[in-house]
Amino acid sequence: MRPVSIIGVGCTKFGERWDDSLRDLVVETGVAAIEDSGVTGEEIDALYVGNMSGGRFVEQEHIGALIADYAGLSRLHIPSTRVEAACASGGLALRQAFLAVASGYCDIVIAAGVEKMTDVSSGVAADALAAAADREWECFFGATFPALYAMMARLHMRRFGTTRDQLSLVAVKNHHHGCLNPISQYQTEITVEDVLCSPMVADPLHILDCSPITDGAAALVLAPAEIAKKYSDTPIRILASAQASDTLALHDRRDLTTLDATVHAGRSAFQQAGLTPPQIDLAEVHDCFTIAEILAIEDLGFVPKGSGGKAVEDGMTALSGALPVNTSGGLKACGHPVGATGIKQAYEIALQLRGEAGKRQVDEAEFGLAHNVGGSGGTAIVHIFSR
Amino acid sequence: MTSKAPRFWRCIPQRYNLIGTHCHNCGEYYFPPRTLCPNCRRDAKIEDYKFKGTGKVVTYTTIYNATEDFDRMTPYSLAIIQLDEGPRLTGQVVAAPEEMRIGMRVKPVFRILGKEGERGIIYYGTKFVPAEEEIR
Amino acid sequence: MPAGIVSYGAYIPKYRIRVDEIARVWGDDDDIARNLNVYEKSVPDSDEDAVTMAVESARNAISRGEVDPCRIGAIYSGSESHPYAVKPTSTIVGEAIGCSCSYTAADFEFACKAGTAAIQACLGLVGSKLIDLGLAIGTDVSQGAPGDALEYTAAAGSAAYVIGREDLAAEIEGTVSFTTDTPDFWRREGMPYPEHGGRFTGEPAYFKHVTSAARGLLEKMGARPEDYDYAVFHQPNGKFPIRVARKLGFSKDQIAPGLMVPMIGNTYSGAALIGLAATLDQARPDDRIFVTSFGSGAGSDAFSIRVTDRIDEIRDKAPSVRDYIGKAEYLDYAKYAKHKGKLRL
Repeated sequence: MRPVSIIGVGCTKFGERWDDSLRDLVVETGVAAIEDSGVTGEEIDALYVGNMSGGRFVEQEHIGALIADYAGLSRLHIPSTRVEAACASGGLALRQAFLAVASGYCDIVIAAGVEKMTDVSSGVAADALAAAADREWECFFGATFPALYAMMARLHMRRFGTTRDQLSLVAVKNHHHGCLNPISQYQTEITVEDVLCSPMVADPLHILDCSPITDGAAALVLAPAEIAKKYSDTPIRILASAQASDTLALHDRRDLTTLDATVHAGRSAFQQAGLTPPQIDLAEVHDCFTIAEILAIEDLGFVPKGSGGKAVEDGMTALSGALPVNTSGGLKACGHPVGATGIKQAYEIALQLRGEAGKRQVDEAEFGLAHNVGGSGGTAIVHIFSR
Repeated sequence: MTSKAPRFWRCIPQRYNLIGTHCHNCGEYYFPPRTLCPNCRRDAKIEDYKFKGTGKVVTYTTIYNATEDFDRMTPYSLAIIQLDEGPRLTGQVVAAPEEMRIGMRVKPVFRILGKEGERGIIYYGTKFVPAEEEIR
Repeated sequence: MPAGIVSYGAYIPKYRIRVDEIARVWGDDDDIARNLNVYEKSVPDSDEDAVTMAVESARNAISRGEVDPCRIGAIYSGSESHPYAVKPTSTIVGEAIGCSCSYTAADFEFACKAGTAAIQACLGLVGSKLIDLGLAIGTDVSQGAPGDALEYTAAAGSAAYVIGREDLAAEIEGTVSFTTDTPDFWRREGMPYPEHGGRFTGEPAYFKHVTSAARGLLEKMGARPEDYDYAVFHQPNGKFPIRVARKLGFSKDQIAPGLMVPMIGNTYSGAALIGLAATLDQARPDDRIFVTSFGSGAGSDAFSIRVTDRIDEIRDKAPSVRDYIGKAEYLDYAKYAKHKGKLRL
């Protein structure tokens, strides 16, 4: 195994991109990342793309070949692979690219993620997303993703006294961060009252507790650390890449208020990096719902189990706090084009560690963590990065 | 229209009568059924088991915004239910949202779970209702 | 060889709508409930239909009699609201109650008397020893067009009877039918609501068939109305069964325990059978019950039933009809219309 660095990054504006198709988004982000790295097409050894459900959202599978083709690389016949782990598809693409470079099998590898979600009605989109849960034993009975997280939220509130306001504060904070991020889908501040007054989706979660339907794509260029400086003045080292799985259905989990996949992937990542949670300067965590951010900071070991809501309320996770969380705006405000999210998280950390995060820059950021979850916790992927 | 008849038919024993499995080696009960016991793996001795269907609500939500197939049924309540034999499952509870509470005892009823539009098959199966003292 | 009822079970959904509420919507006479002698009717939940209710009543019958479902050799479900035009209700019931696969099954339709016809079919198979036990069900989520007179009474309910030769809770001493071709009420293929002949459904239909079958049975049994402790007549409204009872010489007291229609409306294929179930709920050993159904189109099946000692053993092992009637939740017309799928989406 050899050390791996990110030498180039790109990300599209997230949002409802009515004018752009899946391939338009891929081209936009691919060009940005490749230009940022300065690599030539001929140097690229492999592509990995995270995409959850091209088949349902745009009736297009075979996304691997498609992105190589539309990135203008078809004549180079580069191996291009689509990977899928529901909402963790992006994080998984990064991990596959990382493994390819770390193993020595490849040198320059692109890790990308894309999802085009607005070409279908919201009902169809909800059903496509529900495919990340257990179709036969959850969705068949009417389960939706908000419903699964709502059930976790209700139990967390009951067991640990997490309050409705603490959930809202996650959304308020992430919308604030989103306002500082030019690519963010939402550029509006919201209040605790706004969350509470927004329509109920699955009690106790309101629409403003939920991440939106988003179009977007992101890409990273990876290279062995030893040659990274040749391409970038500010290469970002990938210190750890960890992945863990758990039962597909929420009801089969050991504990309904813990994502064990996150716990295991987190522990493994900290071990690989030789770091402990307090050493992390900022984190992008998988806040598909407000409760998910609270669970994530607990399960990653940043705060003790049950105290995530309190930590948010105390400002620990704000931009000015001890551990700024989701400076991009998170899935909640920046948007959640499912296959692209894991790559966008790494993109945000890379910008922060390079010192290029503009108005939302975390001072002196040295170590950053990205946490990407598939489904209700059947997959978790954690990466740790350093300057 | 495309019917999912074979897929529904395959699960009829589970949908209608909560037929799960039981591992004789470790004593664990599984619903939904598993043919590989995670405790014993290759040492497992799995056989079918019909669950009583009574249990309690571990957690729940009331859904106001559903996927297309369930859009006309909102609001409806969904719960994770722990069966008396041990395993947990996800199912609908037929009760007013304000009746729902954690720890509530439930029992099974036979209901329509979904329909393939106006022309396809009807998915029958098990939902749950609050188990007040037996109605009698 | 005596044959009869081994066990029985009923099911009535918990929702009700008051007849006054329906009258309010359509601007009808305030007295309509009193004129019909029907004050409220049962309404299915939006996820209930003739099949789900058949299953619930059959499960009640199985548990009341502690019947081994594998002994059941025939299932006949009578309904005029089978959810499938093609695809049997009875096979869904068989699977849901855990029958073996060695049984015969078919769905019956004869307006409101399909359930009693199912009992007669089971009696034939049981009496001839072709099968051990038969399951006969009357179940309906009956349809009444919005604003039509039928809407005041068209209700939902089901009753299931396990028919056999041994361990009888009630012996069926005799049965007589009276059948003619009388188009008093019908529903054409593909139509959502039935049509009816108004007052033509009375004398030449209900009264002629019920009295003919009943008199035929009394004659066959060599019995008089006063030989019976109870009587149950098909109850499309609260007036007809009272009037036909008087005409035949039965008293109000004899029909009172089985007269459910004022509280739950007309449950069509379930009506006479739910009336019988309510009567069995309170009958004593050796009591005799006289039952006559009616189905438009038209026909009546009459039964002479004698209760056995076993009734006391099994009665309380499943919910009674009055347990279900006591659990009512009232809907307004809008909610009722949603439950019944009257709003086309």
